Amino acid sequence: MSADRAAYYRVAIRRRRHLDVAFAVVGLGCLMLGVLTLTVLFVEMAVQGLPRLGIDFLMAFPSRHPGEAGVLAAWVGSLAIMAVTALAAVPMGVAAGIYLEEYAPRNLLTTIIEINVTNLAGVPSIIYGLTALGLFVYLFGLGHSVLTAGLTLALLILPIIIVATREALRTVPDSQREAAYACGASTWQAIRDHVVPGAAPGILTGIIIGLARAIGETAPLIAIGAVTFVAFLPPSPVSPDFPFISLDWLMAPFTALPVQMFNWTVRPEEAFRANAAAAAFVLVLMTLGMNGLAIWLRYRLRRQTRW
Amino acid sequence: MVDRLPVAKPARPAAPALKASVTGLSFHYGAHKALDGVELPVYDRCVTALIGPSGCGKTTLLRCFNRMHDLYPGNHCQGELTLYPDNVNLLGRQVDPIAVRMRIAMVFQKPNPFPRSIYENVAYGLRVRGERSRVVLDEKVEQALRSAALWDEVKDRLDDPGASLSGGQQQRLCIARALATEPEMILFDEPTAALDPMATSNIEQLMTELKQRVTVLIVTHNMQQAARVSDYTAYMYMGRIIEFGETDELFIRPRLKQTEDYITGRFG
Ligand SMILES: Nc1ncnc2c1ncn2[C@@H]1O[C@H](COP(=O)(O)OP(=O)(O)O)[C@@H](O)[C@H]1O
Ligand SMILES: [Mg+2]
Repeated sequence: MSADRAAYYRVAIRRRRHLDVAFAVVGLGCLMLGVLTLTVLFVEMAVQGLPRLGIDFLMAFPSRHPGEAGVLAAWVGSLAIMAVTALAAVPMGVAAGIYLEEYAPRNLLTTIIEINVTNLAGVPSIIYGLTALGLFVYLFGLGHSVLTAGLTLALLILPIIIVATREALRTVPDSQREAAYACGASTWQAIRDHVVPGAAPGILTGIIIGLARAIGETAPLIAIGAVTFVAFLPPSPVSPDFPFISLDWLMAPFTALPVQMFNWTVRPEEAFRANAAAAAFVLVLMTLGMNGLAIWLRYRLRRQTRW
Repeated sequence: MVDRLPVAKPARPAAPALKASVTGLSFHYGAHKALDGVELPVYDRCVTALIGPSGCGKTTLLRCFNRMHDLYPGNHCQGELTLYPDNVNLLGRQVDPIAVRMRIAMVFQKPNPFPRSIYENVAYGLRVRGERSRVVLDEKVEQALRSAALWDEVKDRLDDPGASLSGGQQQRLCIARALATEPEMILFDEPTAALDPMATSNIEQLMTELKQRVTVLIVTHNMQQAARVSDYTAYMYMGRIIEFGETDELFIRPRLKQTEDYITGRFG
């Protein structure tokens, strides 16, 4: 290589290095902008809310006096609704995902269903609320209940779980399926024994992301008639008498953390703002807890499956 | 099958019984024709090698034997693939692919153990068939691992994950998994392509032992390997069998110029 040619390359390489650095700086700036905004918001919420946060706040019913009001009914309601949502959406979503990915014939009908499922994930949640109001409350007569709320949020996150399940199933290499089939496995055996276990980390992550989305939803709950002033808990799911299990809680009126927050933020009294911030803190902690669980589960399960 | 009468060993053994025969087999991946009128006998308890340049259809032909193509849409084939002694056309519509795979096992190019223990890898085929008895499973797993020449290396760590083994051991684990269900035929698709020379020679050794009990059909693009392990060789080119014969004959006195060019390395 001649000397001037080498010099030419050096200049060209330096120019490309500069571009690299420039892009890294711009990218980092964008990232920091997002992270900083979030941090500021979170810190402000914590500063406002933390003084209110305590056992009393978690164990008290709402009240007209900001200093006495708490989120007991709200977080119990959120948990009860999440239980219904999970029980309804997880089996249905996972089964639908498995069917679409592993069984469905590749034809026009399947394609139409697939496109619709993907689009459903982008439908505004208020639409789900209005649909559920017509379907569950008026048509099925389920009332403004925990059951209705849980099923509504289940509908909302069903597409999320279906899409996540399908993506997780697609990460299982064909060589694993072929190995199972070559051993004489039926489709169901191959799926149950190899495909689903291999996809489990991704499926679980999808489920938890869906539930984390559901727990923060407000609009659809208000649409189906959430009560903002609930001074009692739903009936206990276990009872001292035979048959020891009671489903009455499903039909109880409900409230939920985001609904309670929303209610507090629209009150004129300034003191309720602190309550709203404290409730937001609880909600964020619950969501973070769920995401943490997702990360941990994925890590645990990924270690077991290496192809 | 009729028991053979004890006869004096002839100077040159007659051709063994047929285990399978392929007649007029054509195969399409969608519009792409991968096999074109393939004719091939597969002799009982012999090793038959399929050789030929990359893309000539060896894998495609091999995977017809256990109906692997059924797993993917858009493929279709014509022709017959008859399995003896019961004279059933494996490609027939009314034949259940699961029933075919119960009789014909397969070992893949890249070792693909399940992300489970060594024991469970070998036991899987038996479990799929509904075997529950621990005693039977233990016995068959040990037998299969012994036949795959892996028992001594893993007998103290059967609960370790299959992925903890070396590449060559993993491939022998896959062979044990295929053997555990006592198949009548085993298909090998370039089983040593991903292995080092030492592991390769282990597996070649294994193959010559296996043919005492099962019929072996092996795809290889390594001609030395075909010459070392097989009794019969088929040379394929562009989806057709160009020449088939006893391995010694085919390598020493190929009938066709084209075959000779390929095996002497002048082409391919
Ligand atoms: N899944 C597939 N879809 C479409 N074409 C394929 C597929 N698999 C193989 N082919 C084509 O079929 C021909 C034969 O392939 P293959 O049987 O894999 O060859 P070989 O194993 O001899 O290298 C090749 O031309 C290849 O490109
Ligand atoms: Mg191949």
